[in-house]
Amino acid sequence: MQRDIEISLWVNGEPVRRRVEARRSLVDFLRLELGLTGSHVGCEHGVCGACTVRVDGTTQRGCLTLAAQVDGCRIETVEGLSDSGSIADLQAAFLERNAVQCGYCSAGMLLTAAELVAARPAADRAAIRAYMAGNYCRCTGYQAIVDAIEAVLRQRRAGAGPG
Amino acid sequence: MKPAPFAYVKPASLAEVFRILAAAGDGARLLAGGQSLMPSLNLRLSAPEVLVDINGLPGLRGIVLRGDRLRIGALTRHVEVEHSELVRRHAPLIAAAMPHIAHPAIRNRGTFGGSIALADPAAELPACVLALDGEMEIAGSAGTRRVAAGDFFRGLYETAVGAGEVLTAVEVPTQQPDWRSTFAELARRHGDYAMAGIAAQGWIDGDRARALRLVFFGVGLQPMRAVQTETVLTGQRITRDIVGAAQAALGQDLQPVGDIQAGGATKLHLARVLLARALASLARQDP
Repeated sequence: MQRDIEISLWVNGEPVRRRVEARRSLVDFLRLELGLTGSHVGCEHGVCGACTVRVDGTTQRGCLTLAAQVDGCRIETVEGLSDSGSIADLQAAFLERNAVQCGYCSAGMLLTAAELVAARPAADRAAIRAYMAGNYCRCTGYQAIVDAIEAVLRQRRAGAGPG
Repeated sequence: MKPAPFAYVKPASLAEVFRILAAAGDGARLLAGGQSLMPSLNLRLSAPEVLVDINGLPGLRGIVLRGDRLRIGALTRHVEVEHSELVRRHAPLIAAAMPHIAHPAIRNRGTFGGSIALADPAAELPACVLALDGEMEIAGSAGTRRVAAGDFFRGLYETAVGAGEVLTAVEVPTQQPDWRSTFAELARRHGDYAMAGIAAQGWIDGDRARALRLVFFGVGLQPMRAVQTETVLTGQRITRDIVGAAQAALGQDLQPVGDIQAGGATKLHLARVLLARALASLARQDP
């Protein structure tokens, strides 16, 4: 039983090996030890969604997962998704619709929205709201965020966007 | 906040878990999905000495049909239950509850067994398993035992899982052709803990209610079966009058205490609203 754990994982495709404190959350590990500050820390109890990252392909709360638990996992953050271009249409729509205000929630919104547009291509506004309900925007820009996601769903259905 | 320091261990077998739990005593906590445990650590409501991560244990994950019972391994993630065809077909009550459990990112990591073992009084799954008259499989160094849902939930965050034991699976009877079930909850935000909720199963014989199991959550210290209300309804047609009588009787079954979400009187009112909706749903469904 140890308070420091050796972990090996992939972060945005890069292999990473570190010794971490057992109590270190995944999002703090990404931000403080790897310098990936795109994922934000909000409530630290799973309510706000600002820390949302991908673990082995699904979105998870970076504050409710320990770095020690992602040994062997593939982590993707907003930085990796930005670089890959896989959320370029969502990012463009967020800018276009002014769905980015202070930006604090944006990384989490984009990751959750990316999962939504992949998993629920036929989602209507009500379904978008239900899916995005775990992500708070303290600027209250929800209409614009739903507008942006709805626009991307429409584009992707029309075959105009990537994916 | 950040959690108080703790040690972390990820055993590869149940035998190893039992050894660790025996050595660590009260200082150890099991870590499954962690979606309720991590908030309590981050808020320092709890400060264990060691977290025993059970995600490496083989054989505790998956959903299988065994005769007329559906078995859900304790480490099965909510998202797997949500998308399971077996659950949709054989335990539609659980399928109906899944989208209400927190948010997609939490369902991707949280586990079915974790929710049952924590027994949060406002959680959906303990109520569903009680309504379905399910059974829990609990493993310990002395062997494995089974406990019916009615004996499993014993108070606020209290269950039949003893010190040194691990909940390994939940089994529910498959829904039979004549049976119907329904689920409803009222929450401030989709995915938040409910102010009040109901998980119900019953059998409508012709147009008369039989063998109802009405379980409420978010209105007591544990999932609450409304026995008096069930008695009022048994053998009756679901009419406006009988729904009114059942709503009145619910006051004998539930005496909710207020919490951060709503006052006690409001919770009882909401439970009555949900009862009427649930009965209408049960009466309306095709047998």
